[in-house]
Amino acid sequence: MDIVQLTIDNKKVVVEKGTTILEAAKTIGVDIPSLCYMKLEDTNFENKPGGCRVCVVEVEGRRNLAPACKTECSEGMTVNTHSVRVVNARRTVMELILSDHPFECLVCAKSGDCELQSLAQKLGIREIKYTGAKSTYKGDESPAIIRDMDKCIMCRRCETACNDVQTVGVLSAINRGFESVVAPAFEMDLDHSTCTFCGQCVAVCPTGALTERDSSSKVMDAIVNPTKTVIVQTAPAVRAALGEEFGMEPGTSVTGKMVSALRKLGFDYVFDTDFAADLTIMEEGTELLDRLSKHLAGDKDVKLPILTSCCPGWVNFFEHQFPEMIDIPSTAKSPQQMFGAIAKTYFADQLKQKREDVVVVSVMPCLAKKYECSREEFAVNGDPDVNISISTRELAQMIRNANLNFEALDDEDFDKPLGESTGAAVIFGTTGGVIEAAVRTAYEVHTKKPLERLDFEELRGMEGIRSATIDFDGLPINIGIAHGLGNARKLLEDIKAGKSEFHAIEIMACPGGCIGGGGQPYHHGNVDILKKRQRAIYEEDKGKVLRKSHENPFIQKLYAEFLGEPCGHKSHELLHTHYYDKKKKIEI
Amino acid sequence: MAKYKNHVLVCGGTGCRASQGEEIVQNLNRILEENGLEQEVQVVRTGCFGFCEKGPVVKMVPDNTFYVQVSPKDAEEIVKEHLVKGRQVERLLYIDPETKKQVSESKNMGFYKKQIRIALRNCGFINPENIDEYIARDGYASLGKALTEMKPEEVIKIIIDSGLRGRGGGGFPTGLKWDITRKVESDQKYVVCNADEGDPGAFMDRSILEGDPHSVLEAMAINAYCTGADKGLIYIRAEYPLAIKRLKIAIEQAREYGLLGSDIFGTGFNFDVELRFGAGAFVCGEETSLIHSMEGLRGEPTVKPPFPSESGYKGKPTNVNNVETYANIPVILMKGAEWFSSIGTEKSKGTKVFALAGKVNNVGLIEVPMGTTLREVIFDIGGGIKDGKKFKAVQTGGPSGGCLTDKHLDIPIDYDNLLASGSMMGSGGMIVMDESDCMVSMAKFYLDFTVEESCGKCAPCRIGNKRLYEMLHKITEGKGTEADLDNLRNLSNVIKDTSLCGLGQTSPNPVLSTMENFWDEYIAHVKNDNCPAGQCKALMQYVIDEEKCVGCTLCSRVCPVDAIAGEKKAPHVINPTTCIKCGACYEKCKFGAISIQ
Amino acid sequence: MTKVKSLADLRKMKEELANKVQLREKSDHPDKIVQVKVSMATCGIASGAKEVMNHIIEELDRQAIDAVVTQTGCMGYCYAEPTIEVTLPSSNPVVFGYVDFKKANEIIAKYIIRGELVDGIIPVNYETVNDKKND
Repeated sequence: MDIVQLTIDNKKVVVEKGTTILEAAKTIGVDIPSLCYMKLEDTNFENKPGGCRVCVVEVEGRRNLAPACKTECSEGMTVNTHSVRVVNARRTVMELILSDHPFECLVCAKSGDCELQSLAQKLGIREIKYTGAKSTYKGDESPAIIRDMDKCIMCRRCETACNDVQTVGVLSAINRGFESVVAPAFEMDLDHSTCTFCGQCVAVCPTGALTERDSSSKVMDAIVNPTKTVIVQTAPAVRAALGEEFGMEPGTSVTGKMVSALRKLGFDYVFDTDFAADLTIMEEGTELLDRLSKHLAGDKDVKLPILTSCCPGWVNFFEHQFPEMIDIPSTAKSPQQMFGAIAKTYFADQLKQKREDVVVVSVMPCLAKKYECSREEFAVNGDPDVNISISTRELAQMIRNANLNFEALDDEDFDKPLGESTGAAVIFGTTGGVIEAAVRTAYEVHTKKPLERLDFEELRGMEGIRSATIDFDGLPINIGIAHGLGNARKLLEDIKAGKSEFHAIEIMACPGGCIGGGGQPYHHGNVDILKKRQRAIYEEDKGKVLRKSHENPFIQKLYAEFLGEPCGHKSHELLHTHYYDKKKKIEI
Repeated sequence: MAKYKNHVLVCGGTGCRASQGEEIVQNLNRILEENGLEQEVQVVRTGCFGFCEKGPVVKMVPDNTFYVQVSPKDAEEIVKEHLVKGRQVERLLYIDPETKKQVSESKNMGFYKKQIRIALRNCGFINPENIDEYIARDGYASLGKALTEMKPEEVIKIIIDSGLRGRGGGGFPTGLKWDITRKVESDQKYVVCNADEGDPGAFMDRSILEGDPHSVLEAMAINAYCTGADKGLIYIRAEYPLAIKRLKIAIEQAREYGLLGSDIFGTGFNFDVELRFGAGAFVCGEETSLIHSMEGLRGEPTVKPPFPSESGYKGKPTNVNNVETYANIPVILMKGAEWFSSIGTEKSKGTKVFALAGKVNNVGLIEVPMGTTLREVIFDIGGGIKDGKKFKAVQTGGPSGGCLTDKHLDIPIDYDNLLASGSMMGSGGMIVMDESDCMVSMAKFYLDFTVEESCGKCAPCRIGNKRLYEMLHKITEGKGTEADLDNLRNLSNVIKDTSLCGLGQTSPNPVLSTMENFWDEYIAHVKNDNCPAGQCKALMQYVIDEEKCVGCTLCSRVCPVDAIAGEKKAPHVINPTTCIKCGACYEKCKFGAISIQ
Repeated sequence: MTKVKSLADLRKMKEELANKVQLREKSDHPDKIVQVKVSMATCGIASGAKEVMNHIIEELDRQAIDAVVTQTGCMGYCYAEPTIEVTLPSSNPVVFGYVDFKKANEIIAKYIIRGELVDGIIPVNYETVNDKKND
C-alpha cells in the first residue's frame, strides 16, 4: 500500500495514496464543510462533481483553491482549510448559492432536514451581499414525486442516483449557465418520462427540490369522514425506520408504538402489509414451483428464471426498459395491492360494507407505491384497491401533527385478521428477504419436509448482486438477488443474452431494498443507517413465533374461506396482474 | 499537364466567400475561357489572406499584384487588362490610408510588412482542396522524415527545443505535453485537435483549417507517432461548414495517398482521423469538456487531475492540441528547432496568429513574431484607430483576457508579458477599443457572454458571473454604489479562485482589468452618474443650447416620445424624464444646438 | 490512385508536383532570382510579344534557370517591340528591344547565364510603373 504524508492545518497526516483531502482531514478531526459531495459506502457510488465549491481549501503552491472532495493528497502537500482566503471564498460561494434559492424555508417540506439550510447555519451566513435574479423553472407534479427545481442547487446527486445507481437515465443536467438545471430530457414531466418513481433522487436531494407528493391531509379527510371505514396497512420496512423521525437510534424497531400511534390518529383498523406479504409468498411461491416443475418436465414454453414483482419501481423499470421480457416476472401483485384487493372484498364483506365506503391507506417506505395504487388496473369501477399511499415521512408528520410523544407510546398489536403475519413477511423489508421468505415456503411445499434451518445467511447482505444455490432436497435451486436498478439491469441483460443460470431472482429497486426506499427518513448518504435498519428487520423476524408464510393461520383461513387454493381462479382474479409494454409511451 | 504562366489566387476564406468570392472565381474562369487563356492562367481558390477588411482579395502571380475589394464584375477587367495587356487595374489596388498612394504588392502594405507567416504559411498560397499543392510545398515530408528516420523521443526533443507553447490559450509547452502522454502506458491512446474556437471575433483556427487543412492532419499524425496513438479526432464546431468541408476533402485525399490509414510510408505506423462536431458551446474549448462532448456526454468540465494525458477520451490517454499549435509542427520539423526558437522572445518562441478586430482600420487575421509590440500590431498592421479617434484599450485573450491600455502599448507581446500585464494570450482574439467605448459596458459585454456560455456545473461560475453581470448592469444604469464596487472586486476574486475550469477561473478578468486600468471610469459611473465615454444611455442627457436653438421645431417633430417642447422661433427644451435618449433630435438638428451631457 | 509507399515516393512526387506552386514560390522572392518582364501592350502583342514570352518561359524552364517571367504594360518603346526588361539578382533592370526568338536565346545564353552584355540594350532612362507607385 502506497502512503503519502501531508500537512493539514499544521497537523501531519499519513494516508493511503488516492485519499482525498476531505477524507484525510476527517481522520484528524477536521470536518471540511461540503455540499454536493455524497459517498454511498459499500455501493461504490460517489457523487463528487466538484460543483458546489464549498469544500475548497488552500493548497500551498497552487494558484487557485482546490475542492477537497476531488483533490487527492500528494506527498508533502500543505493544506489550509480555514485561512481567511478560504473562509471568505467558502462563505461567498455559499452566499451565491443562497442568492439563487427561494427563501421559503419556513414552509419548505425539507425545513429542518435540509443540508443547504444546515450548512448556511454552520457557516453562519447572516446576510447575502450578492442578490439578483433567481432562476425559475416549470413545476412538475407527478403522482409520486414533486419537482420544485427553483430549489435545485445543481449538486447532481439525483443525477448520480438516477443514472449511475439506478441506470434509469431520466434525470440529467439541461440548459446552460444560470439556467442550467437537472431535469428529464426537454424538461418533460416525470410522469411522461421513463421514471420508475423509485424515489432515490428524493432520498439523496439535499434540499426541497425533490420531495414526495404529500397525501397526509387526504388521509385525515377520510378519517374524519363518518361514512368511511378507514383501514391502514404498514409495510415491513416502515417500522424499522420510523423511530428515526423522532430522534430514536437508527435500527430501532418501533412496530408496537407505530400501531399505537396509528390507532390514536383515528384509523378504524390498523392492519399490516406483512399479512399480504405472507399471501404474496403463497402465490409467488406456488407460481415458482409450478414454473419450475414444468421446466423440469421439459416444457420449453415455460420461462425461467421467475422474477419477483413486489417492487413497483422495478415493475416500472422493466415495463419501460425491458418490455420484451414482461412475461418473465411473477404475475403476483405486490403486497400493497394484494392487501387492498383482499380488504375491499373479503374484509369489506365481513364488515358488510360496500367497497366504496372502505378507504385503504398504506404507509410505505416508498414513493413508487403512490404511483402503483393509482394504476388503472388496480381499481374496480374507478374505486382503487388502495386509496392513498403515504410515506414513512408523511406518517411521521401526521404523528407530530397529532401532538403524540412517539417515544413514550405503549406498544400495541395490530388488529385481526389482516394484521397477523410471520417472520417471513417482515424480512420483505430488506434486500434478499422476499426470496428467503419464498424459499422457506417453497422448500416445504416442494419437498414436503420441514426446514431444518430458517436463516439463509447466504441470501443476506448488502452486496449489490448476490447469488446462492439452495438445496431443495436434492434439487439445487439457483437464486439471484439484486437491489438497485443498475444491478437489476445487469441480471436482466444476462437473461436476455441467455446467460442466466438462475431459477429465481429477487429484485428491489432501491439500494438495500425497502429499508432504503425513497419514502424513508433521509439517510443523507449514510449507508450505515441502512445496515442498522436491516439488522432490526432480521431481529424482528427472529422474534416471531411463526416464520414461514404458509403457517400464518389467518392466511390458511383466507384460503379456506375465500380464495380456495394458491394460484387458483379467485387468486388470479384478485391477486395477480399483468404488465404493459411502455416503451412507446414516451411523449415529449 | 498544362504549364500555367499566371496564377490568379482568389481568397476562398469564409469572409471573402460571403462577399461573392465564389462568383469571382466562376467569372474569371469563364472569361479566361472566352479569351482562350484557360491553358495559360490558373485560377486558384486559396485559404484566407488575412486582410479581411478589404476582401474579397485577389492576388496575381507571378507579378504579385494584390487586388482588394474585388467584385465579380471586375473579373473581366482583370483578365483583359491585367492578363492580356499586362496593365494593372489601378482602381482595384490598395490605397495606403496615410500616403493615399496605391500599393500594388502586398509586401509593401503596412498590413503585411511586419507579419511572418508560419502557421498561416499556406493560407492564401495553396489551394486547400488539392493535396498535390500541399505536397509540392514539402507537405507530409516532415511526417515521412519522422516516421522513417526518427524515434518518437527525437521528434519530441525537437518540439521541446523549439520552445513551441500551446496556442489555444494556456501556453503549456507542447513538446512536454506530448512527452507526458507518450510516457503513460496504455493499449489505446488518442490525439485530439481542438478546433472549438469560441472567442467572440476570433477566427484563427477556422482560417487555418480552411486554408491549410493538411498541415493539421500531418501534425496530428506526427503527434500520434510520438505519443503512441493510432486514432485522431478533430473536434470542430458545426457552424464552420467550409472548414469541415475542406477537412473532409483533405482527409479523403490523404487516405487515397496512403498518408492516413495503415502502414503509412511503409513503416507499419497506422493512423486515421475522424471529425467530431460540436454545437458551439464555448466551454467545450476546455479540454475535459471537449472530451466529454465527444463521448456524447454533456459538454461540461471535470476537475483536473486527472489530465487528459492520463485519462482522456474514453478514459484513455489523450493528447489535445489546438489547431494553430498543430499548424506549426510540420515546419518546425522541416526547418529545425533552432530556426523556430530564433523567432520570438526568450520564453515565447515563434509567431502568434491574432484576429484583429474592433476599432482598427485593418480588421483581419495577422501572424506576427512573439515580441511584436501592441503598438506595431494596432498602428502599423492594424493601420491605427478608425475615424481618427483616440486609442483607449485593447482586449486580448477574449472573454478570459483583460484589457490593456496605452501604457501597455510598447510591451512585447508574449505569454508571460501579457499575463504580467493583467491579461492573457488566450487563443488570439484582439479587440481594439477607442475613446467612445465605455469600459464598464465592455466588461458587461464579456460577462454577458460568459453568463451565456457557463456550463452551469459549478456554483461560482453559474451564479457568480450572473451576479457580476447584474452589478455591472446596475452601474451602467447609473444605479451602482461604491459598495457595489467592493462587492464586484471580491466576487471577481472568489470566482477566479474557486471555479472548476478555466472558463470561470478567467471570466472575471475583464472586470478586474478594467477596474485596474479604468477605476476613474467606474467611480464616475457610481459617484457622478456620468459615463465618460458617453456610451451608457441611462447616464446621458440631451440638452438644447438656448443660444444656438433657432426654434425650427424639427427636433420636436422627430422626437418619438414628444419629449421636446417649445414655441416656433423660440428655444426648445427637452424633458429629461420623458426622453428615451434615442438621439434622433441630436442627429437632425442643423444648428448644432443639441449636445450630450 | 498513387499511393505514397515510402519517403522516397513522397520526395519524387514532390519533384513532379513542384511546378504546381513554383510560380507562386518564385514570385514570393523575386529579388533572389532572374526577373523577366515582357511588354505586352497592344503594340507588343502585335509584334509577337506573346510568342516571345512563351518561348522565353520554355527556354528558361528547359535550361532550369530560376526565373520569373511576367507580362507588363507598354514600356514606351513601341518602335522597338517586342521589348523585354531583365533584372538579374541585385542588378539594375536592363531593357532589350527587337527581341525575337533568336535574340531571346542570345539574351538567355549571354546576359542571363553569364552576365555579358548583348546588343540591343535600350538606355535606361525610365522608371517602371510599379516603382513609381512605391515611392
